[in-house]
Formats: sequence, structure tokens, C-alpha cells
Amino acid sequence: MLAALFNFRGGVKPASHKDESTQSPIAPAPLPARLVVPLRQSAGAAPLPLVKAGQKVLKGERIGAPDGSFSAAVHAPTSGTVLAVEARMLPHPSGLSAACVVIEPDGAERWIERAPVDYRAESPDALRDRLRDAGIVGLGGATFPSHLKLKPGAAGRIATLVINGAECEPWITCDDMLMRERAAEIAGGIAILSRIVSAERALIGIEDNKPQAIAAMRAAVAGMAGAEVVPVPTRYPAGGEKQLIRVLTGIEIPFGRFGAEFGVQCFNVGTACSVHRALAHGEPLVSRIVTLAGNVERPGNHEVLIGTPIDDLLGLAAPKADTDRFIMGGPMMGFTLPRTDLPITKAANCILAASPALFPHAGPEMPCIRCGACTRACPAELQPHELYWFARAKNFGKAQEYGIFDCIECGCCAYVCPSNIRLVDYYRFAKTSVRALEREKAASDAARQRFEFRNLRSEREAREKAERLAAKTAAARQTIAGEKAEAVATATAAEPAEPATTALPPLDDAKKALIAAAVARAEARETDKTPPEEAE
Amino acid sequence: MNGSPHLHLPVSVRLVMFKVLAALIPGIAVYVWFFGAAILVQIALASAAALAGEAAMLKLRDKPVGLFLSDGSALVTAWLIALTFPPIAPWWLIVTATLFAIVVAKHLYGGLGQNPFNPAMVAFAVCIVAFPALMSQWPAVGFTDFAAQMALVFQSQSVQDAVTMATPLDALRTQLHTPEARATVAGVLGSHATFGNIGGKGWEWIALGYLIGGLWLLQQRVITWHMPVAFLGALALIAAGFSLGNPDRYAGPAFHVVTGGAMLGAFFILTDPVSGATTPRGKLIFAAGAALLTWIIRTFGAYPDGMAFAVLLMNLCVPLIDMGTQPPVFGHKDKKNE
Repeated sequence: MLAALFNFRGGVKPASHKDESTQSPIAPAPLPARLVVPLRQSAGAAPLPLVKAGQKVLKGERIGAPDGSFSAAVHAPTSGTVLAVEARMLPHPSGLSAACVVIEPDGAERWIERAPVDYRAESPDALRDRLRDAGIVGLGGATFPSHLKLKPGAAGRIATLVINGAECEPWITCDDMLMRERAAEIAGGIAILSRIVSAERALIGIEDNKPQAIAAMRAAVAGMAGAEVVPVPTRYPAGGEKQLIRVLTGIEIPFGRFGAEFGVQCFNVGTACSVHRALAHGEPLVSRIVTLAGNVERPGNHEVLIGTPIDDLLGLAAPKADTDRFIMGGPMMGFTLPRTDLPITKAANCILAASPALFPHAGPEMPCIRCGACTRACPAELQPHELYWFARAKNFGKAQEYGIFDCIECGCCAYVCPSNIRLVDYYRFAKTSVRALEREKAASDAARQRFEFRNLRSEREAREKAERLAAKTAAARQTIAGEKAEAVATATAAEPAEPATTALPPLDDAKKALIAAAVARAEARETDKTPPEEAE
Repeated sequence: MNGSPHLHLPVSVRLVMFKVLAALIPGIAVYVWFFGAAILVQIALASAAALAGEAAMLKLRDKPVGLFLSDGSALVTAWLIALTFPPIAPWWLIVTATLFAIVVAKHLYGGLGQNPFNPAMVAFAVCIVAFPALMSQWPAVGFTDFAAQMALVFQSQSVQDAVTMATPLDALRTQLHTPEARATVAGVLGSHATFGNIGGKGWEWIALGYLIGGLWLLQQRVITWHMPVAFLGALALIAAGFSLGNPDRYAGPAFHVVTGGAMLGAFFILTDPVSGATTPRGKLIFAAGAALLTWIIRTFGAYPDGMAFAVLLMNLCVPLIDMGTQPPVFGHKDKKNE
């Protein structure tokens, strides 16, 4: 039975350019002379390095241990020698550098001992830990650690799995080719994912411009209960996680919420494939399929070891002479690479050669005429032109009110804008600014707390000093009073010493205050050692 | 320039504006057929004035003159002014009106994309207040002699009654809604030479021309259905209600939608994106509000057509309408999720 299809609003239909890179099968990329493996290859915390320069590693050996739950392991993509663990520039829009393990391959491709696991025999928790330790992250581009997405919500299970084979970005075909060639492995991964979350059904969404992939996947899941291949209309961004979930299930996941809360979760077909390899073959995630396309002589797909420098791949595709830049990812959401000596990461689904003829620069930016083309194209159902005004005016509060963080940066608005406004750049600017402001606010809150704490402490010290002084005075007075009382007592033995008894209680109070102050001081010294941020 | 997307549809402000101009051509052709070529001269005068005013203002504002002059927005304003003014009005009237629209209503508010009021309607409103006599000097049906028309436009000859005629709306209003009026709608429509089959003679066919152009704009997705449907629908509904209640005193829906500026307004004036509402519900409210005001001014007001004032009044409400009609965002439709 075909699942009923829902619709998502907006979207655009750019020329798909899928045929260029699907003419030849996936080819393994040759082993490069050096591999540069970034430690941080997923959302969340950077793994802790486990190797030192000079150390020998085997293929699949863990070189980065997950740092806490929100992290995933990183492995040596081949056997060889660690040359260095040092900061290198990452292929990321920020152009930031971070710790990378540089490996010189020995050419032997010697694996660690691979231990296949029967997933049916293990508990979901054990399976999730295995996925984290195998470095399984979302290969659709977001690289979110998969084991976290497999945590069921309050319901204790995730009834529906959405398997994303839509691949809506133009030019990219790595998922298409993977489905054509490795459908059985993807199906194996789907079975594992379904078991972990006790899923009732797995809906495999594939855009209807990939008939071969649809046929291959249908054959692969033919005997699987609950698994169904659903061709979805070809319209960018049908492969956006939220859009595909909406199309297949009708459920809308708001910004900042997990699909698990709504009983649905989405995984890319590449992720499903690597889940299968991790458990059925004991192979951690050390390679991925990368599409080389655009302005090149030999477009195609290659299985590439993580850490392979992009320069090494370009030779395989032979960029044409008028290539002026390279884009990582697709033309709608990819970013221009600042350099090409950067490594392939788990997020790198495509390297696109661009030329002025193929991807012409948009004309000069004109004022917004509020024509509403962006609104009609926005799959997040935002009012992009309003967000543009707010971002431009740095009215970030209003931008948040109008849902700036619901923007998925798919680029549809800028694609259709007759005024050639680089809308997504404005939204990125607004989002970064809001986050920076929030960080600043957190820092100033902490500073204020420190200041208030110091004031409190100096007040307390002053008070204690005063109390000590008062106690001393009282004690002195007590002594004098005592002497006097004695004198009086010896003088008139029959009379009880009234003033002395009334003077005694203050002495007791003063002593108590002294002790209490000493204790408080000791406590204060203890607290001072801990910075207030941590003390919170 | 490194940010995504790296693709862009071959669209531009210029393309949008020239599509609007192209969509006006059927209406203009019918106009020429019924009322002669004077309208073409008025369009030329308005265009020249608009481009001159635009160029001067861009230069003064230190903006790239070539880029903005070729965007076509000044021409759209110019053509709309020409089409709402009497074609035999003196040349300086349209030139003044167009310059006022471009210099004051557009550039003094910040130029393209910034004007809160529809510039063409500002020009119309200013002129009908300042030059009421000239603005009601409409050619009589059949007065198509080009030389005679040009004499009126350029030599400011005194206008004879033979060549001018009250517009249908004017004729109806003066005979129905002035204190001494005794006539009925049917009587007026049957007796006066200005009336055609359902609206004004000739004017009803021009309206058809605008409708054809407007539908093409819809098909081209330059405009959405909301404003034309809401405006014409609301206007027809109000007119139908009143004419059912008192058919002798109030004209019917068909008369109202093909008469005066209704059809041009529905497809070409209200739909000006810069000064109009932008949300789907906002567009409906904006256009329906304009329809109500238009009908009231037409029927009871002192001016021959209410379109310009209705549009300007609704322009004023746009920020409020847009703010109040923001549609829910993806994932936030169900308040339980918040």
C-alpha cells in the first residue's frame, strides 16, 4: 500500500543536473599520500585525541574518543603512521582551524580486528553505544551523531523512521548511486535502526527523478515488514529533513525540537548504509561517497577515505580551465571552499567545480520591492522579506519573533528574488549576531554574579570585623564588670551581684558570634576557590 | 560573495516591471480604439517626465542612474498616471502629476521599494484636489479626432461641451445622489449617451482589456489572486446588496466592477507590491477595504471615482494589516507544540 503523501509549501525547481555524474559506477578514490582527519566531525563535542605523532595506526583504529554523550568517535581511515596531531584549517564556511590527525598511509590498508555483531542479540542501549563508538553521524550533511537521534522520547519508541533518499540538491548524486549499488546494505541498516527504536514502519522517501534508485530500494526492502519506498515529487528542498518528514507523515517538527518527541526520526540512506557496515562487518565509518561534478571533464561518484585532501580528488574529475571556484555541497546550500588542500569530512557529499558560465553571479542587488516571491518559495513558511528588513535594521528581537531560527537556509528565497538580494547571508548574519549577543549576555550575567558575590563577601567581612570588635569590647567590659562584681561581692557578701549576671549573657552571645564568624570565614574561603560559573 | 545559494533564477525587478507594462497593452489598445490616440501622447509625456524626474532624483541621491532608470518602475508609475488621467487634459497637468509622483511620492520617501503610498494614486489625488475641472474633462464617446485632441492637450484651447462628457460614475452620481435628484438607476443608464451595455460606453471594453492583461499577470505569477478577487468580489457584493435593497437608487455589481478605475485598480494599482499588504490574509483585507471605500466614495462622495483615495487610505493601514496577519511558521501551527 502506498502511504498517502502530504505536501510542503514553497520550494523551487532548479535544473537537477543528475545525469552527468550517474553515468559510471562508484569508483574507489586512490589512497592519497597524506590523510588529514579532523577530530571534530560531528555536531557536539570534539572527540579527545587517542594517538600521538609517530604512532602506528591500523585502518579503523580509534584515534578520537567521544567526549561525553553528545559526540562521536573518529577512526584512522587507513593503516599508517601518525605524523602529527595539530590544528589545520577545516572545510567549513567559518574557515576555522581545529585539531586534526595527520596520517601517512603505509599502503597496506591493514584493518583492525573487525568483529561483526548480531544486532538482534543486543539491547538498544548497547547498539547505540556501538554506533557512537563506530563514529556514525548523519551523512546528509548535518553530521548529527546518530545514536542521539535514536533515543526514543517519552513514548519509549519511535514509531516511524523516515529514510532520506530524496537528494533534492541539484548536481549531487552520491545517495542516488549508493541506493542503486548498495540497496541491500541500506536495507540492512534500516533493519538495525528500526530495531533500536522499535519502529513500526520505515518510509524511504526518494525523489521521483531517480527511477533506478527507487527500483533498487524496492527490491531490497521487498521482504521487510513495515518498510516501504515512497517516491516523492521532485521539488527542492524535498530532501530537507523537516520537509521530507512532513511529506511522508504530515508531521511538522518545529525548530529546536527532536523528531523523537513526535514519534518520527529521519536518517539519510548513507547513514543507514554505514550503520549496517558498523554492525554487520564491524567497520567504523572511515569513508563516504563523494560526488565530483559541475564544471569538470569526468563527473562521477567516488568512495573517498575521510581525510583525503580535496586536491587529490580534483585530478579524478579534471576541472575545466574556466573553473573559478569549488563548492562543497550543492549549489543551493553549499559553500565556496577557501582552499582546496582541505580534507574530505563526513559532511562532504559533493565537490562542485563552478565557473562563471555555469553558476553566473547574480546581478547587482536592488532594493526589496516586497513582491512576495520569497514568501511563496519559503518551505519554512516564513516571511523572508520581513526577516530581511529586520536583519538589515539589526532588529534582532523582531527577527526572532518572526522566526529567524526556523529558517533552514535552503536558499529558495534568494534563488527567486528578482532584486538579487543575498537573503540567506542576511539571515546568517542575524542568527550569528543573536547567538553572539546571547553569549555576551551570559558572560555579563556571570560577571555580574561575580561582582555581587564579591560585594556580598566584603560586606560580610566588614560585618564580621565589627562583630569581632564588639565581642572584644564586650569581653573587656565583662572582665571589668567581673572584677567590679568581685569587689562588690567581697565588700557586701550577702548581696547577689545583679549587674554581673546581666552582663553574662552578652558574653555568651559574643562568643557564639565569634565562632559563627570563624566558621563562615572558613566556608567563604572554600567557596572562593570555586569560580562562580562552576558554582552555579 | 561566498554564501549560498550559488544559483539564481533569471528574474529581475526590470522583468517584473516590464511584464506589468506589457499587461497594460490590451487595455491601452482598446482605449485607443474608442477614444483616439491622445492617450498614447499622454503616456509618452508621462514616461518622459517620469524618466527625467527619476534620473534627476537618482543623481541627487547619488544612486547608480543607469541601473535604477532601466528598472522600469518609473515607467509603470507613468503609465498608470496616464491611464487614470483624462486623455485630453493639458500636457502640463500630466507632466506635473508625474513629476510629483516620482519626486515626492517615490524618491523623497527613499526611492524604489520604500514608498508607503502608491505614487500614481498620490498624483491622481493631488491633481483632483488641485485641478478638479481639468480632471473631469473626459472626452465624449466618438471624439477621436487626433488633431483636435492635440489642440486641447498642447494649445490649451477652451474646451467645448461637444467634445467632453461626464463619466458614467459622474453622471450617475449627479443624477442620483444630489439633493434635487429624482431619477432612477435604470432611467439614468437608459437616457445618457455615456453609458454602454453594462458600464460606460467604451470604458467597459477597456476594462475587459485590463482584465485580460491582469489574468496574464496572474498566470505569470507577477501578482497573486488575492487582491483582484477580494477587491472585485467585495465591490460586487456591496453593490449587489445595496442595489437589491433599492434598485432605483444604487447601481448593480456589474456596473461597478467595469466602471471607473475598478478593473485597472484591481489588477494593476492595488497589486503594487511596495505599498500593498504582503501576507495572503492581509491582501484580502487590504483589497476588500479598498473596495468598501471605493464604493462609498463613488456613491456618496464628492469625487467622480474613489479608487485613488481608497488605495491611499488602505496604504496607510498596510503596516498594521501585515503585522496582524502574519501566517504561522512551519511547525508552529499547532499551539500545543509551543
